[in-house]
Parts: sequence; structure tokens; C-alpha cells
Amino acid sequence: MHGLLSILIWLPIAVGVLILMLGDRNIVAGRWLALLGSLATLALAVPLWSGFDPTTAALQFAEQLPWIPRFNALYALGVDGISMPLVVLTAFMTVPVVIAGWSVIEKRPAQYFAAFLIMEGLMIGVFSATDALLFYFFWEAMLIPMFLIIGIWGGPRRIYATIKFFLYTFLGSVFMLAALIYMYVKGGDYSIAALQGLPLTLIEQRWIFAAFFLAFAVKVPMWPVHTWLPDAHVEAPTGGSVILAAIMLKMGGYGFLRFSLPITPDASRELDVLVITLSLIAVVYIGFVALVQQDMKKLIAYSSIAHMGFVTLGAFVIYEIVRRTGSVQGAGMGLDGAMVQMISHGLISGALFLCVGVLYDRMHSRQIADYGGVINTMPVFAAFMVLFALANTGLPGTSGFVGEFLVIVASFRASFWYSFLAAVTLVLGAAYTLWLVKRVVFGPVTSPRVAALKDLNGREFLVLGALAVAVLVVGVWPAPLLKVMQPTIQHLVTQAIASKL
Amino acid sequence: MPESLFTWSSLAPVTPEISLTVAICLILLVDVFAGEKRAGLTSTLTLIALAVCAALTVEYGHVSERVLLLHGMYVADELAFALKLAAFAVVAVALLYSRAYLINRNILRGEYYVLALTALLGIFVLVSANSLLTVYLGVELLALSVYAMVAFDRDSGVAAESAMKYFVLGAIASGALLYGMSLIYGLTGTLDLSEIAVRLNSPTSLGVIMGLVFVVVAVAFKLGAVPFHMWLPDVYEGAPTSVTLFIGTVPKIAYFALAFRLLAQGLSGMTPDWTQMLAALAVLTLLVGNVVALVQTNLKRMLAYSTIANVGFILLGFVAGTADGYAAALFYTLMYVLVALGSFGVILLLSRKGYEADQLDDYKGLWQRDPLLALAMMLLMFSTAGVPPLVGFWAKLRIFQALWETHHLGLVIMAAAMSVVGAFYYLRIIVLMYFYEPVTAPPPAAVGAGGVRLALGLNAAAVIALGVFPGALLNLCARLIH
Repeated sequence: MHGLLSILIWLPIAVGVLILMLGDRNIVAGRWLALLGSLATLALAVPLWSGFDPTTAALQFAEQLPWIPRFNALYALGVDGISMPLVVLTAFMTVPVVIAGWSVIEKRPAQYFAAFLIMEGLMIGVFSATDALLFYFFWEAMLIPMFLIIGIWGGPRRIYATIKFFLYTFLGSVFMLAALIYMYVKGGDYSIAALQGLPLTLIEQRWIFAAFFLAFAVKVPMWPVHTWLPDAHVEAPTGGSVILAAIMLKMGGYGFLRFSLPITPDASRELDVLVITLSLIAVVYIGFVALVQQDMKKLIAYSSIAHMGFVTLGAFVIYEIVRRTGSVQGAGMGLDGAMVQMISHGLISGALFLCVGVLYDRMHSRQIADYGGVINTMPVFAAFMVLFALANTGLPGTSGFVGEFLVIVASFRASFWYSFLAAVTLVLGAAYTLWLVKRVVFGPVTSPRVAALKDLNGREFLVLGALAVAVLVVGVWPAPLLKVMQPTIQHLVTQAIASKL
Repeated sequence: MPESLFTWSSLAPVTPEISLTVAICLILLVDVFAGEKRAGLTSTLTLIALAVCAALTVEYGHVSERVLLLHGMYVADELAFALKLAAFAVVAVALLYSRAYLINRNILRGEYYVLALTALLGIFVLVSANSLLTVYLGVELLALSVYAMVAFDRDSGVAAESAMKYFVLGAIASGALLYGMSLIYGLTGTLDLSEIAVRLNSPTSLGVIMGLVFVVVAVAFKLGAVPFHMWLPDVYEGAPTSVTLFIGTVPKIAYFALAFRLLAQGLSGMTPDWTQMLAALAVLTLLVGNVVALVQTNLKRMLAYSTIANVGFILLGFVAGTADGYAAALFYTLMYVLVALGSFGVILLLSRKGYEADQLDDYKGLWQRDPLLALAMMLLMFSTAGVPPLVGFWAKLRIFQALWETHHLGLVIMAAAMSVVGAFYYLRIIVLMYFYEPVTAPPPAAVGAGGVRLALGLNAAAVIALGVFPGALLNLCARLIH
């Protein structure tokens, strides 16, 4: 279907603007409009998956219109095996966010739903842009709704958190922009394919790599530029946390795969140890940090950082594999793992934040100490929470297992110690997640407030149920996902290994 | 070119100046006879006069190639044509925004409008200058009109002080300009800018460098570049807001033209010299403007420092010293004027009698009091911060591109870092407007300001529209310079 990606981008934005114009007075209509808009986008994402040809690495559903002739910049869209699953994930995750905010948001609801729908369109734009200028356009525009979401509907320290979020990301992005313009001045073209083919000296590659690294490492986030994330997550409303964890963090990983590896392969090869070290610090050190958290959202935020460490590890371990074994065969596995981990973490972390949201809506507290014995009053909720927690620890049969397993196996080919340190997360992740579950869900009822809790309503059940199904399907049967990505990953490995010098 | 005779057809490119001068005389006369009882008449008449003059300019004043007139004193080209039309539009919008404010402060007098128009005439002369004398004539006509405007609220001590400061410092700058010009004239033997460009192509003497330094100082003063920026925050804060709006917008177009005509065209042979000077100025300007803006509590003063920061970016376009750089600077100037028009317009619309709306705290919870103005202000602030999909992003992008083309790695890093610092204080306004509850009781709503609000809404909409489709304006700027 021609123009499908354009519809996926602009339909939610148009619906968002419409909701904004209807205003808070017509919020009943606005809510339904938001739900219909997000469902329609999800429905349109189905043909994107089913019509996708998994045998080629070429861009599909490509569209191209002249945009800014002066810069030779095009309104060019297209998806391959890396971006298509992320587009579908975005369309999928917005629906639960809309449903979760249904009656909970009382303050300025029209703006709330509008912000999330506009965000959805912009995020799909980021994943499907094949022109670097268009990519950057969406990448930065996305900051505006997220800035407002955290700032308007957030917790007590929301202003600090949202400014920190904005400035961190903005700082990284500005340097990426400078790098993109440099390459444009050199090559005369903003299309990502042209940038990937642009010959660059090692010095240039190092600078460009550094600029990209700043942008993407902040977004992932990698240790030590991760400090905005716990703040943003704690203060953001539930929906904001879900989108932040499920989609926005993936943009950092996506950036590494789309820009850093293919555009600066030699610098990536040279500096892979840096990225791997930072990833392993994220996995191990942040795992310990997560262990001591008192706040449920903060704990999940730190767990996100640790899990995203697998993405960057999987992406950059390929060079060591090639160095060690001399074959590219195993290298693809690291990238496969990174991609599956992104999708899986999107589902699991989103689901966990929704779980916390369910509790927070009832108790207005995120402190672990305020809970205990929730299973006695909310058995259905407890079942979901335990499932997602186990998925977070990487239990086989859930999506969390697939990504981590692939990355650990791949890094074993590179170095025993990489995989050893990465595997520490299996212990640490289990420790902090299960301990969280133990303190919140299990045990006797600790307070009268917990005793008064009501179990999930139909709306919440629907949302968590859908996510649970997705987590299990990807965990039990990841083959379709891997198959869709296969040719693109192979192509990416070739690009990342080939020297530009 | 033989031009011993003035014929109507040879004077056609001067239509904007001629028609504007006629209009000024008419308005002055009408104002004298209409008296103070019908002060509103002048304001309406001025807007009509601007529309008529702009229409005449479009009809007769267009030239498709560079034409020299009046013994080479005056140049008509597409750049001048476009800048004049832009100035017409900006002045009209600025006066439209100001009317309610002037009525509230009892300073709605005919002279205000006449001064605005003479300032505009000065801008036109400057934009079309092709001789050192014409440049000076334009600069002074503009400056003197503006000094008087700053002092217009004669009962306000702050305004009088600002005007005095502006006048004294401005006079020194004019002196510097004149002195620099005299040195250049003495060493080249001509006042004609095109002629100077030819004669200064050979290796230059120390005297010419000396003249150049004075000219650069004057340009830096007019633009408000550090360390010649001292007047700017005080004048912006002290002047009546309607005057701040005026001096914050239209003269920027003129001073872009000043820098372009004098440095890029007249002294093109010395580009390596003045780009170095401007580079140092630009770095200082970016640094001081952005950092000092962080700690302001008065919005007008904060926007003044934001102006200084933006001037830093405009200078960077000139630092590149290429046609592409000048085009980037032009785009940046036009973008900045559009945004400044809107943001000072918001202050004007919010102010009431006895309530200036210039403290940052006055903006707390604006979202609840006035959603339209809050939304407009948010878009304008994100635009100056350089966030897509707003037009300010493209302006910054153009400057970066011009700098890369001329291999200024250090300046790129500097500019990138400073745009992040700048983002902070723009965000602060959005934070106040959207994330706080209102603290003061909202002052009564303005009566009958529907048309002005519409104009402001369109102003903000233009910032988005040009942000999503910047192609036409980018092309236009490039064509005007090349």
C-alpha cells in the first residue's frame, strides 16, 4: 500500500490536533477519538508487518517527495527489518497508554491525549525516516510533547526532571546535528544511504562517532549519562514512563544501528572497547544500584538502564567476534540479540510501569515499603505483575530470555569475560526484580490501605492481558521476528565490518 | 551609466522612499489639523499609508537586476526590494500590536507614528546605500528617530534615562563609524562602495585596517555585539514596551543590510581581516548573551540578552565570509525578527494600564489565563531555542552549515554548546507558563483586541509553517545574496 508510512505518521498527529481543538469540554469525545486514533494506527501497522518482504534488506514501503530542494533533502520514508518492528512496537504501545489514562487523568485531559498521539506520530517518523534531516526533524520535535508530558502531569519534582531530560537530550542531539551537517557539506546529500556510503578518514570518523555517541548514549541511556532517566521516570505520569521506557530509549539503540555502525565503521571498530565497557558497567553496576532502590519506578528505571546495556553490548560486540573468530557468522547473533532485546524490553518495561501505575492510582504511593501482600487483595493483578517480573529477569518462555540469551552467547564468542559479566545480570536482575515482587506482592497484608485495594478493572485487565500475550508470544516463538530482521542484520554486519578507509 | 537626467522611469526603483516621504508629510499635516481629539486617526492612516506604499513598491519598485542610481549613491537590487517589503510588513505589524498599549499609557500621539515612519525611511536609505555617505545618512536617520521614540513617554524617568544612554553611546558609535569612513575615504579616494571594493583589492595598508576597525566597532555597536552591547539591555528594559518591540525588530533588518553593504560588499577585499574580528566578537557575544540571560528576572531584559545571543549567531554567518554565510545570516535575521515580533507582541498584549507584564513571575500559569498567548509564546520560545518543527531550527542549521563549509570546527562546537545553554532560559518561560498555577489574580481581559490577537496567532502559525516548509524562504535568501 503506497503512502502507508505517511498515514502512520500523520494520522495520529492529525487526531492529536483535533483532540486539542475539541478541548477539555468535549473530553468524552476526545477520549474516544484518542482510542480510535491509536487503534486505527495499530490496525494500519498490521499490513506493514504482513506486507513486509522478509527476504530482502532493501527499504520497503518507500516514499519520496521533494522537501527542501536547497539542501537536497527529501521527505523520504521507508522501513527495513530493523525499523519495521520498532514502528509496530510504537503503534502497539500507544494503545495501552491511551487506555491507561482513560479516567485517571483529570487535569487537562485533552492536552494529555493529544500529546501522546502527536508523540506517536513523531516517533514513527523517527523510525521510518530515511533522510537524515527528516530523521533529525522528528527526533527533536519529539522532545516538545515529552517535555510537556513530564512537566504538566508529573510528580512533585517534575520541573527539575523535565528540564534535565530536555537539556540532556538536546545537548546530545545538537552535536549529532553538527556531525550530520558536516557530512552533508562533504557529500552534498542528507539521505542516510548516501551518508553510509560516504568515504571518511579515520579522524573524521572519530569526531563523527563521538558526536553520534553523545546523542545516542544519552538516549539509551548509557552509564554515566544515564542520570536523567531515573528522575524523568519517577516524575513522569504512568503513560509518560511507558512511552519513555518502551519507545524513546529504543531510539538510542536504533541510532547506533542505523548511524554509528554503518557510517563510522572504522571508528566503531577502534572504540568498541569503550562502548562495551560502558555497557558492562551499566549491566553490573546499575544492577547493584537497582537493588537498593526504595521507589518502584526508580527500580524499574535502573533496571531499564541495565537491560539497555545489553543492546549496546550486542551491537558493538561484533567487532571482537570478528577479531577473535575471523568469521562474520556469529556477529549477526549479537545484533539479533540487541534487536530482540529492544522489542522485548519495550514490552516488559512498558508493562511493569503500567503495573506500577495500577498500584499508584489506588494508593498514590510508589514506595515499596508502603506495600506488601498485594496478592491477597489483588490476585489477578499479582499474577500479571509476577509474570512481567519474571520476564524482566529473563525467564525462558518470555521475551526477556531471547534477547539476553542471544547477546550472552554472542559475547561468549568474543570473550569469556564479556559474557561472564553480562551473565551477572541473570543473578542481579533476578535479585532486584524478585525482591521487589516479594516485598510488594507476596507476604501478609501489611497495612489497612493494602487491605482495601480493589483488583483490576476490565480496562486494566485488557491492557495488561494484551501485553502479557505479546511477551509470551515473542518469548515462545521469536522466529517470525528474527526472520523479518535477518537480511537487514546481515546487511548491517557487512556494512559495519567493511572498512571505509 | 549616463544619468544626467532624472526621468520618471529611472526613478522608479526609488518608489519606496519617495512614496514613504510623501506619506510622512501628509500624516504630519493631517495630525496637526486633526489634533489630539482624534489621535486614533493617525494610527489608522499610518497603517493605510504603509499598505499603499508597499503596494506602490511592488508595482513600480521591483528591479530584476542591480541598478545604480543618483550618481552611484543608491543601489536598487532584489535584496533591497525584498528587505524593504519585509520592513513594511514588520513595521505595520509592530504598530498594530502597539496601539492598545499606547492608548493605555496616554502616549498615542501622531508623532509616535511619524517617528516610526522616519525610522523606516532611514532603514530604506540604509538598505539601498551604495556610498559611505548614504550609509551614514541612513544610520543617523534611523538612530535619531529611535532615540526620540525611546524617550517618548516623557513622564517616565526610566525611559528618559534609557534614551539618554542610548543617545550618548549611539553618538559615540556614529562618531566611530564616521571616523572609520573618513580613513577609508582618505586612503581610497572614493566614497562609492563598489569603487572601494575595486580599489581595496590589492594588499592593504595599516591605515585602512585602522578604518576597518572603527567601522566594525560601529557595526558591532548597532547590532549589539559584546563588548559593545551595554546599551541594549537597559534600553530594552527602560523603553516603553511598544518601542522595545519596534527597536527589537525592524532595525535588525537594517543593521543586517549595514553589515552586508559595508563589510561584505564594500570592504570585500578585506574579508580575511574583518572575519577574524567578527569571529572574536561572535564568540564573546554568544557567551555573554546566553550566560547572562540565564539569571534575568525581567522578561524584557532577558529577551534583550537573548537578542544579544542571537546577534552572535548572525555574526557567525558573516564570519563564514561566503555568499552562503551571508544568506544564512539573512535567514537568521528574518527568523529572529519574526520571533521577536511575536514575543514582544505577547508582552504588549498582556500588559494593561499599570501592569507591564514584564516580570517573569507575571507569566506563571499563563496557560489558564490566556491559552492562545501561552501557546504562541511557547512556539516562539521553542523556535528561538532551535527546536524543530519551528523555523528557528533551520536558521541555526544554516549557520552551522556555513561554518562547516569554511572549516570552523571550534566555532561550530561553541555555537552548539551555546544553543544548549540558551535552551534553558527559553524553557524557563515555558515552564512558568505551563507548569505553574497562576499566582496573581488575572487582570481584566483586553477589550476589542480580536484583530490583534488574530495577527499574533498568525505570527505564531508562521513560525510553524516556515518550520515545516522552509524551502521557499531558504531559496529566497540564497537568491537575494547571490
